Amino acid sequence: MNNFKDLFDQYNWDETLAGILSTTAMDVEHALAKEKPNLDDFKALISPAAKPYLEQMVQRSHHLTKKRFGNTIQMYAPMYLSNECQNICTYCGFSFSNKIPRRTLSDAEILKEVEFLKNKGYDHILLVTGEANRKVGVDYISNAMQLIRKHFSNITIEVQPLDQEEYERLVADGLYAVLVYQETYHKEEYKKHHPKGKKSNFDYRLETPDRLGRAGIHKIGLGALFGLEDWRADSFFTALHLKYLQKNYWQTKYSISFPRLRPHSGGLEPKVEMTDSDLVQLIAAYRIFDEDVELSISTRESEKFRNNIVQMGITSMSAESKTNPGGYAVEKKSLEQFEISDERSTEEITTMLQNQGLEAVWKDWENNWV
Amino acid sequence: MTKESLQIADKKFQSRLFTGTGKFSSSLLMRDALLASESELITVALKRVDVEKDEDDILSHLNHPRINLLPNTSGVRNAKEAIFAANLSREALETNWVKLEIHPDPKYLLPDPIETLKAAEELVNLGFVVMPYIHADPLLCKKLEDVGCQCVMPLGAPIGSNKGLKTIDFLEIIIEQSNVPVIVDAGIGSPSHAAHAMEIGADAVLVNTAIAVSQNPIEMGLAFKMAVEAGRMAYEAKLAPKRNFAEASSPLTQFLNE
Repeated sequence: MNNFKDLFDQYNWDETLAGILSTTAMDVEHALAKEKPNLDDFKALISPAAKPYLEQMVQRSHHLTKKRFGNTIQMYAPMYLSNECQNICTYCGFSFSNKIPRRTLSDAEILKEVEFLKNKGYDHILLVTGEANRKVGVDYISNAMQLIRKHFSNITIEVQPLDQEEYERLVADGLYAVLVYQETYHKEEYKKHHPKGKKSNFDYRLETPDRLGRAGIHKIGLGALFGLEDWRADSFFTALHLKYLQKNYWQTKYSISFPRLRPHSGGLEPKVEMTDSDLVQLIAAYRIFDEDVELSISTRESEKFRNNIVQMGITSMSAESKTNPGGYAVEKKSLEQFEISDERSTEEITTMLQNQGLEAVWKDWENNWV
Repeated sequence: MTKESLQIADKKFQSRLFTGTGKFSSSLLMRDALLASESELITVALKRVDVEKDEDDILSHLNHPRINLLPNTSGVRNAKEAIFAANLSREALETNWVKLEIHPDPKYLLPDPIETLKAAEELVNLGFVVMPYIHADPLLCKKLEDVGCQCVMPLGAPIGSNKGLKTIDFLEIIIEQSNVPVIVDAGIGSPSHAAHAMEIGADAVLVNTAIAVSQNPIEMGLAFKMAVEAGRMAYEAKLAPKRNFAEASSPLTQFLNE
């Protein structure tokens, strides 16, 4: 059976990073001359040597995205169901060690949140929980999906990694996509940031997309949390993961997200900074490397940044997000996972898109075909 | 104007340009561009339509006497899902026409020939007018014709690629052999590609990305209309044959006439 771990173990972090940092302008030009750049070219495109080519890269990314995805942006809304968590993660507001009031939404509360988001126009939803197997295990998620399935055409979850059989069950319940970010592909650093709980098992998390692929999921979202380790090396491993998955689970779609560390209760300062220019470079590099991968941007990013990045390769975004359970309608004051940056309303975001010649797409799936 | 109109099932079309609704920057612009193209058959992805809304944004902009809607099954991965989607669309959009698209590969959206043939046969039996999107595979086209498809829709190049008629050798065989209309779908990136498809005898073309993503979709819609008409007219007028070499001024067979 194929497993990404076997491929991953052939790579060494330090050598990979050194390889990226030693890229030359000639490598970058070589990469840009190709119609289909490979993983080595991707290294060049995310390297410091590619900075002078940033405008050229962004232009190409803009045109490729228009060709493949048109003048549209897919809209989605996150809905936090619970902040219960058994893990200690140094960067997260829901971390087990944080003494915060814990809350898990009841059926009635879930439906209240649903009503709020439906009124805003959302039809694609992202359900989020912490990792607490007894309180918000697969049964809880399955129940939540049954409740909301009638109301949303497209359901994604971002919850603890599950076993293949559990994913199969949720796919049968109408699950479309799963987001599972490795946080960092640096094994030792990963251990430092995840000292306790099921999440401390690096390999189990690393193999999650394989289990998802085997379970026949429609879409898998990958990413690294920028700030924990060098973003260039982490992005190379994300791209390696993407290519591996595309070859092995070719019926599945993929998306990439770009979370940068945001302030939260319990605060960790980023170890490695990722500038706006770096993030623009990375987004363009992904698009040039893969014309078809979906690229998503959340409300973690600022108003100004989001206004500009929607023309540079992004294909989906959220608006007006709340990162606390019940945050939309039930209990607006409960503690957030992280502070969002772009606080504009959904209407303001769609108007911003419209002014830039982009149409907000609300519905692009039917969950009752399968 | 072209002389012969195109007939598929019980419908006659004056325009041989079919279009799609994806990728436009607004529904208003989509409507204006498609009206400028004078297209009479317009495909809509069922997954983009909200049938529970009274006024779906896409559908409400396509309410025009000239426009026939052609729901497509984009997003389904096998015959079973396609049949479910087609039934849903017949109910929701009140048409038994369906553009059958089965692409289990979400990256290049390549059509699955095996599942498409299976679904086509069943949908024909259920009373649908089936328009299958497929590879430029002449044998598959004959089989689809045999199970009762009212036309075939082979691709010119990967969908959305704007690369033109990459499959031309196979398209020519399909056109030569087909008893049902052949509509070149996918890959047509410019009016010259569309004209070329019509010149080799395609019965119609389907264009979406090239119109929707151009700087001026309305002008581009009109440009495609003119190209399709020109290509068809050239086909009907019988193109002067191509020559691979010049005609010798002192023919070697001259002595036979002496």
